[in-house]
Order: sequence, then C-alpha cells, then structure tokens
Amino acid sequence: MNWPAGEAEGRRRPAVLELTVHNHPGVMSHICGLFARRAYNLEGILCLPLPGGARSRIWLRLDEDRRLDQVVSQVQKLQDVLAVKRHGAGHEVFSDLERFFQD
Amino acid sequence: MLQGTGAQIIIHLLERQGVRLIAGIPGGSNLPLYDALAQSRSIRHVLARHEQAAGFMAQGMARSTGRPGVCFATSGPGATNLLTAVADAKLDSVPLVCITGQVPSALIGTDAFQEVDTYGMSIPVTKHNYLVRSARDLLRVIPEAFRLAASGRPGPVLIDVPKDVQQQSVEFPAWPEPGRPEPPPEVPAGELGRAADWIRAAERPILYLGGGVIQSGADAPVLRLAEKAGLPAVTSLMGLGAVPAEHDCNLGLLGMHGAPCANLALEECDLLIAAGARFDDRATGRPEAFCPRAAILHIDIDPGELGKIKSPRVAIAGDVARVFEALLPRVLRNPRREWLERVAQLKARHPLALPGGEDPRQPYGLIRRAAAVLGPEAIIATDVGQHQMWTAQAYPWPRPRQWLTSGGLGTMGFGLPAALGAALAHPGRTVACFTGDGSLLMNIQELATLADEGANVKIILMNNRSLGLVRQQQELFYGRRVFAVDCSQRVDFLRIARGFGLGAHDLGDGMDPGATLERALRSRGPCLIHAPIDTREMVYPMVPPGAANKDMLGGETHELARR
Repeated sequence: MNWPAGEAEGRRRPAVLELTVHNHPGVMSHICGLFARRAYNLEGILCLPLPGGARSRIWLRLDEDRRLDQVVSQVQKLQDVLAVKRHGAGHEVFSDLERFFQD
Repeated sequence: MLQGTGAQIIIHLLERQGVRLIAGIPGGSNLPLYDALAQSRSIRHVLARHEQAAGFMAQGMARSTGRPGVCFATSGPGATNLLTAVADAKLDSVPLVCITGQVPSALIGTDAFQEVDTYGMSIPVTKHNYLVRSARDLLRVIPEAFRLAASGRPGPVLIDVPKDVQQQSVEFPAWPEPGRPEPPPEVPAGELGRAADWIRAAERPILYLGGGVIQSGADAPVLRLAEKAGLPAVTSLMGLGAVPAEHDCNLGLLGMHGAPCANLALEECDLLIAAGARFDDRATGRPEAFCPRAAILHIDIDPGELGKIKSPRVAIAGDVARVFEALLPRVLRNPRREWLERVAQLKARHPLALPGGEDPRQPYGLIRRAAAVLGPEAIIATDVGQHQMWTAQAYPWPRPRQWLTSGGLGTMGFGLPAALGAALAHPGRTVACFTGDGSLLMNIQELATLADEGANVKIILMNNRSLGLVRQQQELFYGRRVFAVDCSQRVDFLRIARGFGLGAHDLGDGMDPGATLERALRSRGPCLIHAPIDTREMVYPMVPPGAANKDMLGGETHELARR
C-alpha cells in the first residue's frame, strides 16, 4: 500500500505504546507485521518478559499520524495481545535508554 | 489417564466439535493425521484435487451453514496452495479451521523437503494461527481455534502441526470441552439511545446492510425495524439476501455495479445506518463522495471497522442482531411517507435495467430462468467476473445464506469447490454454480471431485471466451486497447465435463435453450450447462474505479463500444 506523501511525514508527533502480550515465539511477528504491512514505521521496539515468564511487555515508539487509532484497534484484536496503553512522547522507558544509542 | 498421539487427539477433538466433513489432500507431513482420520467413524473426508479447492470446499460448508469449515493440507506446497482460500475467508469473515502438516520440529529452519514458514506466511491472512510445539498443546489449541473462528467477527484460523507432534504420544486426564462461539458483547445502552434519537430525527434514512447481518442472523430484526421505522435498505455484495430482494423496502445492490436507484438514494439520504458492513471501495466508490449529506450510524461486531473509512456520529460495537432487537422498542413507528414516496419514485425512474431478461440466451435471461426453475431452496455459488455481477444483480434473492460468492478477495476459481462444499453440507438441496470460462479453468480439476462425490451441483458456465470483466475495463477505461483477455483456444467444455464423467448440456446447440436449461437443472446429480455468451456483453451500470457512485456509466457507453 502506498500512502500519499506527507501522510506519514506530515505531523511528526512521537507516541509510545505499551503492550502486554503472551510470551511465545511469533507474537512479535504478529505485532510488527501489522505495522509493516501498513508501511507504518516503528522507531523503537523494546520487549522483555514479565515476572513468571508467561507474559511479556512490549514498548513501541512511533510517530503519531492519523492512522494510529486504526492500527491500535487492529493491535487490540490480536489474540496474543492482552492490553494496550497509549502514552505521550518522551516516556522515560525510551529516554533512559538513549545512552545506549549514541553513534 | 487417557492416552493418544497428536494425530489421534486432533481427530477425536474434531469429532467432539461435531465435524462431519473434512476436505483436504494428504502428503508427506500430514500422513499421521490421515492415518488417524481413516479410523474415524463419524468424519467423512473429501479428497480435493488442489489444496486451494479444499479450502474453498470448507468455505462452501461454512458459508452455507454458519459453522466453521475444516480442511487439511500437507506442508510446503500444500500449505501455500491453501493460502489463497484462507485469505479469501479472512476478507469475507468466513469461519475456517485449517490444519496443515509441517516438517518435523527438528528440521524446521533447515530448508527441509517441503518446508515453508506456514506460520509466518499465514499471519496476515488469518484471524489467528498456531505452530503447535507439543501434542499436549493440541488439547488447548483445537477447541480454542474453533472458538476463535466462530466468535465475534468470524474468520479463518490455521494450525500448523509438525509431523513429530502428530506422532508424539501423550497421557492426559480428560478431554477438553469443545470450543464454542463466545456470547456477543452486551449492547451499550447509552449508544442505543443516541442511535434511536438519530433514527427518530432523520428525514431520509437508509439502511446499508452487509455480510454481518447474515453472519449474526439479523435478517428478521432488521426487516422488522425497517418496516416499523420506514427505512429503505441497500445491500452490499455480501449482504444480498439480508432483506428479500422483492420486498418494498429493498433498493438493491449499491456500489460499482449496483442499482442506479440505490446509488442515487444514497446521494439524498441524511442518515446512513450501516450494519455489518465495512465501507468497501467497491461499495462506496470514492469514500469522500459517498453519502455526502448523511450522518453515519455504524453497527459492527468488529470495533476495528468503526471509523476505519468514514467517521460515524454514532458507533456501536456489537452483534447486529442484538443491536437491532434492542433498537426495536426504542424506535417509534414512522410511516415516513414523503421519503418512501421519493424512494419509490427513484425505484420507478432509475431501476436496475435487465435487458434481455426474458431471453435465456442472454445473461440476465439465463439467470432469471434458472432462478425460476431452481426455486427459493437452492443455494447459489458464483465465481468472479461478469457472471458474478450479473447474478448478484438479477437473481431474486429471497433469504440469507443462499448466496456464496468471493466478495473481498474476488478469487476466480472459488465457485466450483465452494458449490461442492455447500452441496455436501446440504445433501437434500440443489446447488447452482454460475461461472465463467476464465474462472472455471482456475479450479477445473475439481470436476473430478464433483464426479467422485456425485453431489447435486449444476454448473452454469457462461462462456464468452474472454476474461470479460477485465476486457470491459480495457474497453471503457483503457481506450479499447483490448489485450491479453481473449482465449483464442476454443476449449470444448462439454467434452471436458464428459471426460471427467459428468453430464453436459449445451444451450448453444440450436434447440430451445430454455427447455434444455430446465431439463438439466431438474436432472439428478451433477452436470455442466454450457451457455455461450456474446463477448461484447458488459455489466452495467459501472462506476469507474476511484469515481463517485453517482457517476455511473450506463448502457449508452455500451452502444458506443459495440460500434
């Protein structure tokens, strides 16, 4: 799908999504695939298991555009996604990591 | 303790689900499963000749009954062949449970013989999918797959089972309960009140009914609300049969090849009540120009559909049947005389024209005559192309679950195996499959399955020796540069059908075609009915792709193209 120019680049407002998911091979592929096939770039992905190991937490950083509501509703439909929360830009989960991402 | 191999567990769980028919093809990686299936007393296997057709047979069973259809395929090419039918089920929200064999776990990722990443490839075309890693997991996965396939917005679920998991023997304490659809969510009362307010305040409301009305069995409450509140209705391709075609409130099919009165009424409406419909581009035309004067009230079981294409004033995420039942007491009786008179006027002035409707040598006449012989109990499948649109337009749809067609994916080759699946699920009924020469050739090997099964499928082949709907677009929108659509090889379909062991009838043999058609449709068992169609025939009206629905091309362009 080709999105019109400016659709993805227009307003660059970063957003952060917090997902609680089942922890098994394939979950990441379901989630990333939803974004990839809409040509919606994920700027940051962070995933670790929650205590106990049956569930994981995934943090996604992305640029908010008007497709985001639709993508989030599609993410919520995935059987392995248990919860989705939206946060504004600059959530500390990514800002704390910035020191690992210096060129 | 109970004990069994993975394959035995799968088959027993399918029996417990009440599955009676499975379409599929065996191969190296699902042989343990087939060995277990051979021992089943209650499940009958139908050997397809291509896995895509096995998928479409399962769809024919599912679309005509509302219960999940089941199909089997082996790893590698078996799975890739199946994927088209799975994608088709995803786009039309058809419940399927597809079980594929996979190479043994230890070989996954080694480019083993007939290994492909079935799990990875099926992610975007399934509602959910599994790669099963132990036989014990099947006790959870199989019932869950049936529950997911049939709950909420139905869809296909694929279960990939490595060969060693099929062979692994495990002990377990008890059989799990069969997977059943979850009860639909409660209807939010606040939204209901707002919806009723909008319906009360509207002067020119229209119901836009999609496949969800049929999925949820909402046809009765929808009709009651339409009659009580004076609501005319248009239907999408998937919604045909949601209201009886001959009912006063029915304006017919909307969209690209819809009834002019339906598209024109939508231009005037001030409230569009979309139910179980998803604003597909073939239905809406250019979305910004669709229902330009209307507020939208959108009811759908899938929250992801609400606001996807058009922003609704009121959005209700719920089961269409429940929502309409809950709306009935809240909506006042309203004869809405002025609007219904205007709608009747539009129907009288801009009806769907069916030229040649009395002549069985022409598309509309053939369909109308077949419908008169087949009666209201028959199930109708189509392939994809001109014949599909003609049938959608001209068939007098009396009821839901009668119409099996590939809507969203538009897969040529759907018709014959889907008709066969429906016939096997309804042994007492006649199933007619309207098809074209292009579509039939895409799954023609299933004539062998049809002959094997002796199922009551009448194939009505509308043969224009051309890929007609593509040709039509070239004629209308590509400067009449007709290219790569004419089948110069004159295939003798009558001999082909007979070669597969089927009866064949030719409506072009100079005898009375109406009488031949009637005799063939009333005969017992399967047959092919060959109907030659003029290559220059077009489907009208037609909204050019990307245009607004009010800009329909009519027959006058057709006349130009003929000259």
